Amino acid sequence: MKRRDFLKLTAGGTAALACGVAEARPNLEANDNAIGMLYDSTLCVGCKACVAKCKEVNNMPPEIDGDKLAWDSARDLSDKTHNVIKVYKNGTATVKDAEIDGYCFEKRSCMHCVDPGCVSVCPCTAMRIDAKTGIVTHHPEVCIGCRNCMVGCPYNVPQFEYDNVFGQIQKCEMCNQPGVERIDKGMMTGCAEACPTGATLFGTRETLLDEAKRRMALKPGEIYNYPVGDVRKPDKHHEKKVPEYKQHIWGEKEAGGTNVMHISSIPFDKLGMPPLEERSAASVAETVQHTVYNFMALPAIALAGLAFVVNRNIDDDDDGGDA
Amino acid sequence: MSAYQPLGGRIFTKPFIVLFIIFLIGCFFMYQRFVVGGMGAVSNLNDGYAWGIWVVYDIMIGTAFACGGYALAFTVYVFNKGKYHPLVRPAVLASLLGYALGGFSAFFDMGRFWQFYEIFLPGNWNFNSAMLEVGLCVTAYIIILALEFAPALLERLGMHGLLKALNKVLFLIIALGVLLPTMHQSSLGSLLIAMGHKVHPLWQSMHLQPLFALLSALIMGFSIVVFEASSAAVGFGRKPETPLLAGLGKAVIGLLAAFLVIRLIVLMVQGRLGLIFAGDFASMMFILETALFVVPLYILLSPTRSRRGSQLLIAAVSMLLGGAMYRFDAYLITYNPGPGYSYFPSAPEIMITLGIIALEIMIYLVAVKLLPVLHREEHA
Repeated sequence: MKRRDFLKLTAGGTAALACGVAEARPNLEANDNAIGMLYDSTLCVGCKACVAKCKEVNNMPPEIDGDKLAWDSARDLSDKTHNVIKVYKNGTATVKDAEIDGYCFEKRSCMHCVDPGCVSVCPCTAMRIDAKTGIVTHHPEVCIGCRNCMVGCPYNVPQFEYDNVFGQIQKCEMCNQPGVERIDKGMMTGCAEACPTGATLFGTRETLLDEAKRRMALKPGEIYNYPVGDVRKPDKHHEKKVPEYKQHIWGEKEAGGTNVMHISSIPFDKLGMPPLEERSAASVAETVQHTVYNFMALPAIALAGLAFVVNRNIDDDDDGGDA
Repeated sequence: MSAYQPLGGRIFTKPFIVLFIIFLIGCFFMYQRFVVGGMGAVSNLNDGYAWGIWVVYDIMIGTAFACGGYALAFTVYVFNKGKYHPLVRPAVLASLLGYALGGFSAFFDMGRFWQFYEIFLPGNWNFNSAMLEVGLCVTAYIIILALEFAPALLERLGMHGLLKALNKVLFLIIALGVLLPTMHQSSLGSLLIAMGHKVHPLWQSMHLQPLFALLSALIMGFSIVVFEASSAAVGFGRKPETPLLAGLGKAVIGLLAAFLVIRLIVLMVQGRLGLIFAGDFASMMFILETALFVVPLYILLSPTRSRRGSQLLIAAVSMLLGGAMYRFDAYLITYNPGPGYSYFPSAPEIMITLGIIALEIMIYLVAVKLLPVLHREEHA
């Protein structure tokens, strides 16, 4: 093939590519009626009732750290732990919810992203968003175990059972997986039901976001009547002085937002949250993927061009005979 | 008469036996992985580092090392440089082995290997996933490479009818042999996009990931041809094909320059040039990696150096190391899933990878001795 021909072919391909680029895939839209949770770190007392309840509902064994046999001492998410309470400590760690010389608690569990990386990268559609509840579900029956969901999750949520020859991915499915189906039965998630202080509050994304915004607007020091259980029909309330909230609802916008949202009086980067922008990495990846592979048009054109050129050059070889 | 001939000679040489022992050790740990205790029993993979050397070396880097067939198919059949034809068959064999064993690595790295076929069922396909593209496209390319290499086997077996039939559709096979690696090698880069902030800013070029992956694959493809041809010349006492290899070296200049220049421009636009000189671990890796690409550029741009076999070999090795480092750095070494996670491959994990490499070299050695792979020497 002459260089000029090749340049023409390349130019044509680039032009086709440029036409495709126009359609960038934006972040997926939040489903306001999606089931969600609001974790208010300032209400959490670190009792880990949610951790125990999660294990009970999901039928998972406790994790024992050393000789601390009295309680489940899971330190982080694992293939046996879908939900864990971690602690932030600084200096003398004496003042609750203070950044300096203080301490606070932070929940780790699936954030149930609006635009989940795990769903986007999974080759076999083994990760899905439930259309009604917005729950990010896992389907091991089609999973090949490539673990792209683990690297594609900004929060390192999906966990693989490495110690089992026939292992599978484990993650929180908001207690609505087949056989549990708490949400379908009109119940709350286990962790929200068990939480005595309302630190883990259950509801829809919309009602929880309203509640979070309400708390952001409160004046530190005034008394607020905090709901416990389901924000739409709380089991009870309790009065507490309002802390100095950071004006940041984690999950309102991060990487397209999440259905599980967090608020706190300590900056989220200190609590181990990842540095996310508003645009989800998944949306960028899909934009690139769909630009190149839209209806397989570009590869088809390229194949036709290549077949033509190669065919001519094989003939050249026969004539020239240096092959 | 074919232009290619089997090398002949003893199969069970000393190097072959050493390789076989390494392979057996790998098999022992493979047994542990599949039968005794799962991946956790042999590897240091964890929930932050879900991909270790089995993915990053065996697949990401191993298939780039196996891009010799791709690079040569481009040169010979797209740019019509027929004089490089003698290099094609050994390169296609090395590519076939590299890809086939990359595919096998994907299998033992697969957490749910017993249902690997789920990725081939159209009902499951997620078209948003770069991993789907990689999985299907690599599988298709292994078949194409097998067809590209089939003439060597058919010639040996004297099956001339089948050979003729294959030659009729060869143009299509070769066209696919150019298209498919272009697709999946770029997709290997696309995998990095969705990893977002976990990929170090010096390596996270987002939209341009597929371009860098493709350029590095071609650079490594040309380099491996030079490296393999030089090694074959030394190892089997054959006449070196230096003038041919020097020509390939020239082809790489543009690719190298494009890789380096576009990378700097991207970092400039992203406002990340300062990170190169941050003096931390990542910046050191970046500088070392870049040096490994600059050295060959320096050698190849010099008319005298680029014609010397030893200098060409240095350039090729440098590019192979640079390309491997680029992928290692991006996927693993500077990859940061967040606080609390670390990864270094375990000894069994490394032994499994070494076992696979040993198997690859063993098959290559046997094949060139038994099958018409290497080009007949003109003045033997």
